Amino acid sequence: MNLLMDAPVIDYGIMQPILVVLGAAVLGVLIEAFAPRENRRNIQLVVTFGSLLIALYGVVTNTSEKHVGLGAVNSLSIDGPGLFLQGVILVSALVGAMFLAERDIDVQGDAFAPQASALPGSEDESEFTLRGWLQTEIWPLFLFSVGGMLIFPVANDFLTLFVALEVMSLPLYLLAGMARRRRLLSQEAALKYFVLGAFSSAFLLYGSALLYGFAGSVTYGDIVTAIGQDPGRNGLLIVGSLFVFVGLLFKVGAAPFHQWTPDVYQGAPTALTAFMGAATKVAAFGALLRVAYVALGGLRWDLAPVLWVIAGLTMLIGTVVGVAQSDIKRMLAYSSIAHAGFLILGVIAANPAGLSGSLFYLLAYAFTTLGTFGIVSLVHDASGEANNLGQFAGLGKRSPLVAGAFALFLLALAGIPLTSGFTGKFAVFAAAYEGGAAPLVVLAVIASAIAAFFYVRVIVLMFFTEPQGEEVSVIVPSMFTQVGLSIAATATVILGVMPQPVLDLLNNTFFIR
Amino acid sequence: MNYLSILVALPVVGALIVGGLRSATDKLIKQIGLGTALASALVALSMALQFDPNSSSTLQFVEKYDWIPAFGVSFSLGVDGIALVLIVLAAILVPVVMLAGWNEAEGHRGSVRQYVVLTLLTYSMMIDVFAATDVFLFYVFFEAILIPMYFLIGRFGGQRATYAAVKFLLYSLVGGLLMLASLVGLWVVSREQLGAGTFDWETLTTLNIDGGVQNWLFLGFFIAFAIKAPLFPFHTWLPDAAGEATPGNATLLVGVLDKIGTFGMLRYCLPLFPLASAYFTPVVIVLSLVGIIYGALLAIGQSDLKRLIAYTSVSHFGFIALGIFAFTTQGQSGATLYMVNHGFSTAALFLVAGYLMSRRGSRFIEDFGGVAKVAPVLAGTFFLAGLSSLALPGMSSFISEFLVLQGTFTRYPVPAIIATTGIVLAALYILLMIQRTMTGEPTAEVAEKVGEITFREKIAIAPVIAIIIVTGFLPQPLLNIINPAVDRVMTAVTATDPVASEGVSK
Repeated sequence: MNLLMDAPVIDYGIMQPILVVLGAAVLGVLIEAFAPRENRRNIQLVVTFGSLLIALYGVVTNTSEKHVGLGAVNSLSIDGPGLFLQGVILVSALVGAMFLAERDIDVQGDAFAPQASALPGSEDESEFTLRGWLQTEIWPLFLFSVGGMLIFPVANDFLTLFVALEVMSLPLYLLAGMARRRRLLSQEAALKYFVLGAFSSAFLLYGSALLYGFAGSVTYGDIVTAIGQDPGRNGLLIVGSLFVFVGLLFKVGAAPFHQWTPDVYQGAPTALTAFMGAATKVAAFGALLRVAYVALGGLRWDLAPVLWVIAGLTMLIGTVVGVAQSDIKRMLAYSSIAHAGFLILGVIAANPAGLSGSLFYLLAYAFTTLGTFGIVSLVHDASGEANNLGQFAGLGKRSPLVAGAFALFLLALAGIPLTSGFTGKFAVFAAAYEGGAAPLVVLAVIASAIAAFFYVRVIVLMFFTEPQGEEVSVIVPSMFTQVGLSIAATATVILGVMPQPVLDLLNNTFFIR
Repeated sequence: MNYLSILVALPVVGALIVGGLRSATDKLIKQIGLGTALASALVALSMALQFDPNSSSTLQFVEKYDWIPAFGVSFSLGVDGIALVLIVLAAILVPVVMLAGWNEAEGHRGSVRQYVVLTLLTYSMMIDVFAATDVFLFYVFFEAILIPMYFLIGRFGGQRATYAAVKFLLYSLVGGLLMLASLVGLWVVSREQLGAGTFDWETLTTLNIDGGVQNWLFLGFFIAFAIKAPLFPFHTWLPDAAGEATPGNATLLVGVLDKIGTFGMLRYCLPLFPLASAYFTPVVIVLSLVGIIYGALLAIGQSDLKRLIAYTSVSHFGFIALGIFAFTTQGQSGATLYMVNHGFSTAALFLVAGYLMSRRGSRFIEDFGGVAKVAPVLAGTFFLAGLSSLALPGMSSFISEFLVLQGTFTRYPVPAIIATTGIVLAALYILLMIQRTMTGEPTAEVAEKVGEITFREKIAIAPVIAIIIVTGFLPQPLLNIINPAVDRVMTAVTATDPVASEGVSK
């Protein structure tokens, strides 16, 4: 028996984006430890934006040079869809980082608690606030999360998938609990997110273990082969794949695993909600698509009934419950649930058009989500952010530009033609119809109509309703948020009017294994 | 010459100029708006003169640019006779409305600038909708036009304008989304049959779609159009929207925008889904008949001038749908002509009613009375408009109503006979309204407030009245343009006229 092992050949170029971001995160921890307080923010900003840009450059070069393949001993599969998803995550992270870096909105500094460990309402906390402490620990946490997200959709085996899930989620649990305002709400959200998240991770891990029991391997490719050799449908396989789906569907916020979404979206600092709502959804759907199309593609017909029920339920719960919301962040959370339902249609489609349509949808959705929450973070009353829907009344008169941009994002979420949301919806619906899910497409269209009602209601409030009660004001943010919002708005329009270049990019890309 | 892209672009350019001139006075803004509208009207008329009714190709003035090749979508424009007359209708009505409602935008939540910009954008999109020969492009503008119209109703309307605007938007949006579902289905069918998905209208009409699938796809399109037109029972948004909008906007809404619905039935439902159209004909005919009578009855009971006119339109749209689904040449030619004539007669009614309402400061019939004594010319114009709406012989609407009834009778005698009651009821609602508002002794307030028609108002309404009377006596030039297009629709649905129906239109 030969005990010598060949050293694994690792293609670092293909992993550059992941390595750069995770490396920068580690660097960020060191900066927190060693750099003087007054310089930390600037150093962290340079490290964060620098690493994200370098990573994005890596993704772009890998894409243009068609540098694709399996990396890190087959545990990563950097292919066309994978690169595209990494690009979307990095762009979302860049825009999200701009919102997180904002310090002109809150009079007390930024959106995060001066000291996360201080109890809400304690003397410590008021002292730290009084001293004007601002913390920069969010940056390494943020980068770790981005790093995890970059791995999640390209993971090529269930263990890597699980590790990536944890790396991306744990920092988010923490960040969600660090809001400066309404800290109890924030901490409650974080706890809920953590407990339910841990629960779903357990499902994913248990499912992976069962699949290992079935196939003798956790690699997607081996599982595909094993499924092909097992026409009888082993019990381990069915239960294992269902558990894996539960874990992934939790992350995308699909019903009935959606309960965490409204609380976390509402409780987390809005800048973080923007990033999380966009990038987590992209990463999680990327992973879900890969698992459904590659690893468990052979189970398409066995899993279809389950996915049909989940898609229908998710669309209906997202829209119907969304109508009843009076808090803008909760409303947008339900909207995100509805969008998860629409995206599952792309998973059900199980054809190349379904994949490329879903990828386009994710890109469009990332920008609109960033945009909507970016705007929500600007509207304030005396006690902080004004999240009650009624407070948006009359905004169109006082701040036509902000209200106009918000209307644009809402229309894109509603899927009105000439916005990015429409192109995405069309692509996904057409693919699902082709994949034999015509009834679900009709249901999706009805759900879109219900959802349009609550988006339009906000526009009506902004433009047609006279403000009542206390005045809210729109804060003029610093360059960070301004640039972030401009990017989101421009992308929303361009992807609606001229989607062809992106569609070309997505044409003929498929997963490799 | 690229007439159609010029027509689409001109109003947008006008809107950009108006939007960009930050320091312009309201008067200048309105002048630029009117100038743009007049210029486009000239372009539209010269295009109409170049149109060759006997051309062998279905579409003329065709322009095609790639837009989203991945979805088989192109920005392609072109007109047949039906689209052409509707574009000319829009091109004439928009400047008329702007001039007639010169002071309409004042005293509302929105500014004059917004009013002009929104009107011009609506105008441009109307042309897009009628000229689109790509079903996707049609759908995009079908939906997009809701946005400027929504703001026009909501920001420049009466007390319940917000409610009316939202109702309008949601009804149309629901219809549009159903159409989207069918659009997706149609695309997938085209992809299965042709290898690559396309939205090109002419290509799509050549598909052989399975009957069952046709029924579903038809329903999506038809419900969208039935809401837009509107047909009973999808009409409830119209009285609210038209009642709350300014008379000018109500004219554009009912006179032109709603024609998109009936135009869509003729252009898309019938040629794309011939089997389904035949299958659903009984349902549509019943709905049309109910609409004709129900709309007329409700019109009689209205106390509000604008709502009354809106209900008369519900009745008239019943006639149009009846003509389309009669599957005879006369019926469909009559329906198309009806769309044009209804546009002009409704415009006359709304605009003159608008003159009256702006003077008296009320839209309720009970506040008027005896106008004929204090303002005879104004009253006379209103009377003429009313006569046109009740389809008196000699007025343009008579020809179209007659054609529709005759065309229906040759195939469906009983529905045609039932529909004639609509004519009697029309006389009732119009004459009652005229009697209540125009005749009798003027009340003190009417005598004090209602003055004679002004020069500007005369200029605005004169072309409309002239067209109503001229086409009333000379419908043939219009029919010459419409008939070849209608014949093509008939061929597409493989319908032939019942024997011995070679009547007026040939």
